[in-house]
Amino acid sequence: MSPISRGFHGRRRTPAGAEGRVPPGQYVTSDFPVLSAGPTPHTPLEKWTFSITQEGGPSKSWSWTEMRGLSAETVTADIHCVTRWSKLDTEWQAVSLDTLLAQVEHDAEYVMAFSDGGYTTNLPLADVTGGQAWLAFGYDGKPLEPEHGGPARLLVPHLYFWKSAKWVRGLELRDDDEPGFWETYGYHMYGDPWKEQRYAGD
Amino acid sequence: MEGTAVRGRLTWQVATVSQLIDETPSVRTIVLQVPDWAGHRAGQHLDVRLTAEDGYSAERSYSIASAPGEPVAITVERLDDGEVSPYLTGELQVGDELELRGPIGGYFVWDADHDRGPLMLLAGGSGIAPLRSILRQREHSGSMVPTRLVYSSRSLPDVIYRGELDRCDGGVEVIYTLTRQQPPGWSGHAGRVDAALLAEATWPASQDPIAFVCGPTSFVETVAEGLVGLGYPARRVKTERFGATGGPGGPDGGT
Repeated sequence: MSPISRGFHGRRRTPAGAEGRVPPGQYVTSDFPVLSAGPTPHTPLEKWTFSITQEGGPSKSWSWTEMRGLSAETVTADIHCVTRWSKLDTEWQAVSLDTLLAQVEHDAEYVMAFSDGGYTTNLPLADVTGGQAWLAFGYDGKPLEPEHGGPARLLVPHLYFWKSAKWVRGLELRDDDEPGFWETYGYHMYGDPWKEQRYAGD
Repeated sequence: MEGTAVRGRLTWQVATVSQLIDETPSVRTIVLQVPDWAGHRAGQHLDVRLTAEDGYSAERSYSIASAPGEPVAITVERLDDGEVSPYLTGELQVGDELELRGPIGGYFVWDADHDRGPLMLLAGGSGIAPLRSILRQREHSGSMVPTRLVYSSRSLPDVIYRGELDRCDGGVEVIYTLTRQQPPGWSGHAGRVDAALLAEATWPASQDPIAFVCGPTSFVETVAEGLVGLGYPARRVKTERFGATGGPGGPDGGT
């Protein structure tokens, strides 16, 4: 039993209409907080590429222009940060990872996303396919700002937001599940917000 | 969340408030007695959970403000529209129980044995909390590593741990800047940390310093970018950003 915090009543701030959309332990914010472990990188678009790689298999790389030439969509999603804020109805301009992964022959089961600045995060392939994950380059109709991960970040809204790697530069296709950056420091390997998988063992 | 302790799993524990220290009119340090604390490293954080009588609960993360080996302490700034911080800074009394789990985070940490380069600490507001843990750990470990702290506060009364920081010596240099209000005769810096102050107050990149930056997002963005501009490699600049949550950072798809 949790001890009662005498005099604590809480201020439930789940807005009307948002019931059922806010995972346990989260609260809704209208801000867009920024959290990251180091300085914000700034890669010029002419030097930017997005690569899908795999050991001993074919790989593929897109320049910024090539990526922007792919069919894009507007994605509206609720996002959930492990630090407990959730933001509802965020709107992104993005290319589906299905579109990108379809251009590389593989039988991988996991991906490791890698970013400028050395950040990595691991995801099952099943979670980045089937219309669940995107490479996002726009937010609210404008280019994605560097502090929010621009020029492009992953968008995997059904998992805690650290899986939506900022400044992403590619995916490494893998057979096995290795921990990425935060996962090495004790965060959960999968990160389902509805199961509150914040830390290893949750 | 309840359960037996499993290795590698962070279980909730009941802690007892043993001391409350008002640091400034809006900031309070809460010292906790935690029976089964596994120990922490300087710079880590923990999660606090409050439970209302009707079972509603709210959790937040706070940086640990005490050094390894000391009783666990957190320093909380009251956010008037917050849900948890007004309770922790107002209602909570010595002897009260609250739940916590931790320590959490292994990146924004400093170890005397591993990081031998000069230590460059930069704090905005309550971002001083994890850096105070680092400063105390430095002292306890007998580390002689040259250390500078650049600390940005709104005004002198808003400076947290001022007595302790003013007593720093033995290779620790504290550089204050006051952004909104300076007392008469103030000889320190005034205004927000900018490129000029960073150039003047930070260790040269050639000495391979390690920087820890903690504060509000705008502060961290300016400082981290400024340090990179001064030649600090990105991997030598560790940041923790306080977003709208009022708690310490943690992962958000960041580097």
